[in-house]
Parts: sequence; C-alpha cells; structure tokens
Amino acid sequence: MTTTTERPDPTDERLAPGGVVNRLVARPEVGALLGALVVLVFFTVVADTFFTTGGAATWLDDSATLGIMAVAVALLMIGGEFDLSAGVMTASTALVTAILATEAGLNVWLALLVSLVFALGVGALNGWLVVRTGLPSFIVTLGTFLALQGLNLGVTRLVTGSVQVSGIRAAEGYESAGFVFASWLTIDGTSFQISILWWLGVTGLAAWVLVRTRFGNWTFAVGGSAPSARAVGVPVARTKILLFMTTAVAGWLVGSINILRFTTVQANQGIGLEFQFIIAAVIGGCLLTGGYGSVIGAAIGALIFGMARQGIVFADWNSDWFMLFLGIMLLGAVLVNNTFRRRAERVRS
Amino acid sequence: MNPLIEVDRIGKSYGSVVALREVSTVVNAGEVTCVLGDNGAGKSTLIKILAGVHQHDTGRLRLDGQDVRFASPREALDRGIATVHQDLAVVPLMSVWRNFFLGSEPTVGAGPLRRLDRRTGRETARRAIADMGIDLRDVEQPVGTLSGGERQCVAIARAVHFGAKVLILDEPTAALGVKQSGVVLRYLAQARDRGLGVVLITHNPHHAYPVGNRFLVLTRGASLGSFEKADITLAELTRQMAGGEELEALEHELRGVSG
Repeated sequence: MTTTTERPDPTDERLAPGGVVNRLVARPEVGALLGALVVLVFFTVVADTFFTTGGAATWLDDSATLGIMAVAVALLMIGGEFDLSAGVMTASTALVTAILATEAGLNVWLALLVSLVFALGVGALNGWLVVRTGLPSFIVTLGTFLALQGLNLGVTRLVTGSVQVSGIRAAEGYESAGFVFASWLTIDGTSFQISILWWLGVTGLAAWVLVRTRFGNWTFAVGGSAPSARAVGVPVARTKILLFMTTAVAGWLVGSINILRFTTVQANQGIGLEFQFIIAAVIGGCLLTGGYGSVIGAAIGALIFGMARQGIVFADWNSDWFMLFLGIMLLGAVLVNNTFRRRAERVRS
Repeated sequence: MNPLIEVDRIGKSYGSVVALREVSTVVNAGEVTCVLGDNGAGKSTLIKILAGVHQHDTGRLRLDGQDVRFASPREALDRGIATVHQDLAVVPLMSVWRNFFLGSEPTVGAGPLRRLDRRTGRETARRAIADMGIDLRDVEQPVGTLSGGERQCVAIARAVHFGAKVLILDEPTAALGVKQSGVVLRYLAQARDRGLGVVLITHNPHHAYPVGNRFLVLTRGASLGSFEKADITLAELTRQMAGGEELEALEHELRGVSG
C-alpha cells in the first residue's frame, strides 16, 4: 500500500488514509458492539417497556452473572483453552457454601471462604492436568465437568437426602454476605441487582489486566503460540493454570451471588451454561483457536444474550424462539469476526 | 582473541542413536560461524545444546573460557545466548512491540498496580528495529502482517536489544524467497558488525559463504571439519556439504542412466 502522494502531516505516508477507521474495525469487540445496538433498537421498537429503567434492570440482571463468567472464559479462551466445567462450577461452589452453612453450621463468610479454596483447587487441577498431559482442555475439562456433576448430585443426596440445599437464610453471617453479593440498589425508583456492579467491576479489572499488564501480554502469547512464548521465557504453564483458576473463581463468584440471592441451590444447576459462556465470548470477538479476543467484547456478548432472552419475554413471544435467535447471532458473530480478523491481519506491504 | 563459545569434541546420544559425535568449532565475537549439513546431519542437535534445550553427553562446551552446561533455554538466554527459530520467533497475532518485549516487558508502578509501560515499549521497539535498518510503518500492527524476512529481523533486533552476546539463527532463510533471504542476511551481518558472535544454521552454502567466517560441515552426526573462510572455496564447500565423493558417484550413475 505505497502511496506516492505527499501528505503534510508528520505520520508515516505508508499508513493508508482512513487509518483511524481501519484501526477501529480491527478491534475485536466492534462486531459485538454493533450487534448489541441492533438488538437494543430492535426490541425497543417491538416491545414498549424494553427500553425503560425497569426493563433495563431486568435485562442487565440477566446479563450480569452470565457476563462475569463470559469475561473469565474469554480470558481463558484468549489463553488458548476451554473450560467446560465452568457452568457446573457455579453450582458446585454454591452447594459447598450452602451445605457448610446449613448442615455444618458454619458462618456464611467462612463457608464462602472454604468454597473459594475449593474452586481454586478445581481450577488448579484443571490447569495442571492440561499443561501436564498436553491433552486438549476440551477433553480434560469435560472430565471435570462430568465428575463435578456427579459429585454435586451424589454428595448433596448423601448429606441432605434430597437434591437441593436450602435454608441458608437462617445461617449466621447471611445478612452481611447477602448485602455484598445479592442486595438491590435503588436508582430513580427502580431496583437493580448488585450483581450488575460485580459484572462491571470484573469486566473493568479483567480488561485492564489483559491489555495493561505482563500477565495479559502472556495470556495473548500462550494462546497465540505457546512454543514461541516458551522460547522467549514466558512461564506458559503458570499462565495457563492461573487462567483456569480465574475461571473457577468467577464460577465461585457467580455461585455465591446465586446462593445468597435465591437461598436455595439445586444439585443439577448450571449444566449447559458452559456453552453460553463460550458463545458470549465468541460473540464478543474471541477466536476459538486462542490468541485473540476482548474482555469488553465478551461482556457485550453477555449483554446481547440478556437483552435477547428478556426482549423475547417483553415482546410476548414464546421463549422457544430464543435458541433460534441465539444460533443466528452466533453464526453472524463468527462470520463478522472472521472478516474483521482478516482485515486486522491483512498484509499491508 | 578468546572465543566466545568453544565447542570441544561434543557428543550427544538419544538412547542408542548417536546424534552428534566429536564435533568441535568456535564462535568469535564479531564473526559468523556457519553450521552446514543436510537434513539429519546433527545441526539441530548441536544448536539445541548451545541453546540449552538439550545437554551434551560427552566433550566440553565453554563460554568465555568457562565450562558450562545449560539446564534450560532461559539459562542460556541469561548467559547471553539468544536463539531465533525459523518459525518460533514470534506470536503472529500480537503487535510488533508486544512481541519485541514478550517475556521481558517494561513496567511501571509496583505491587498490584504494576503495569506495562506501553509508551516506552513502543518507542524502544521502534528505535531498536530502526537501528537494524528496518523502518516499520507501525509497531502496533500484528507481526503476522509482516513479511517473513521482517519477522526474522524483529526477532534479531530483539536479541540484540536484550544484550545477547551470541545469536543463533536456525535456518532463517529456509522458508524465504531470494530477496527476503538477502534482507535477513544483511541484518545478520549488522548483528555481527555490532560485535555479536553469530551462529548461522543453514543447508544453503550460497547463503552461508558470503557472510560466514568459519564453516562447520556436519554429516550423519559427525564433523567433516571446521574450515576458515580462507581455507575453502564455495565450490568445495558445496561439494563437502552434498556428501563429497558420494555425489560424484551419484552423478556418474546418473550419467550412466541418461547415456
């Protein structure tokens, strides 16, 4: 792209005119942002109450817990790995907290701490197995997914005699923990779940870590080319294990929000959610092959998810249509991402 | 002048397979030592020993006159031996400057607020690459958008910037066209002129001869000799590399077929 015309500005003449536009569309989250706008406008038109503070409180609430997970899963995917146990992890951690608080009589905060340690352990195990064996994380975490699913049901039935745990409301420390993880904020007469704040906080923190810190640089590198990263001295195994632990901690956060909000947890909860997290991350611009993607994009992907799921309810349609919508959205996102990535990678010489 | 690296009758076996046998050569500062040989001649094994990926079984490896044995590539790197692999040099989807500093990122702040110093990173990378004679349009562009030769040069500039004393280039021209190969050889010469000891691995004597000071020819794990440039011609080097007499015999046979 050599231009012979002289340009007065001091920037390199070989940068094509319109470089700003090029650079903008080269960002992974742009497709998701456009998609979110389309969905927002669409449901605002077809459903009267969609674009009101009450409506927003509903779809933001739906997006929030999904968004927390999507952000962590996006980091892991950029690092080149999958975690299929992420969905069931939200139930496992909630069950550990609930059983310890109700059956063992622990203070809720202590129960939360124990389930956090449990989550860190499972995440580290996932990561260690993947880097140690070199097997695809898809298979390794499918194994932990199934194992956790079995443990959730088996242990819950052993301890409580049923497949659900409830009664955490009576446990010591429930009030303060509930305030932190599951209270309502009233803005302008409308109540918003505090999980929305957690979502924003997690997204901001993860975005900062990803583009502004060494760990973020290493995340891109281990996902983009692990052998190259290793050759220049990046601790590949440690980075990957930490990413698996991050996903597990996000699962713990969502599990804690859920158990404190609904005070009951079903042992079979969370199954199938892992794919929603991956879908949100992909809609947000993550490549399935790793090394490329955006945390903000994943958060927007979750927002699209929440808006569509609730928008269909607002529009009084049968929720059966949601899956159709989701499928189209996913295919559209992958196609758009592909095009944008080619643009970003295009040889400019 | 004391050699930077002295390879003294080094040998390496993988189980019952002898990959390298009694190979000797030296690498001097400001000079290029070329390692030539056909596939399977033992070039990679020798390089892996120098780069700390494998350890030698017999013989001695001396760095600055001291006996050394590197436990890991990181240790070799810390001792000033940088290796640029043909295809492992960079992460294609990451930007030029992030690749440049990968593994040794400049940071500001402390504790949990420690973060990348992006301005320093970008500018240092731009300058270091410009010093090698490549004028990059934009250090924010993904390395994957660079040509193969430019990619090698980014890796070379990185090694020079981080204070490598010895630069090992593993088949840098193997996947490149004629013009790009010339470009890479020019940057190699730049690194040499800055006083680095360069080890160039190649199976192309036409690439090795113009830049090399010394030629180590390997065949089937053994050394055919380490020749100073004054002692060998390009034609002789080519003949040695191709297996010398064997090739003549083959030519004779081929002539027999056609005639």
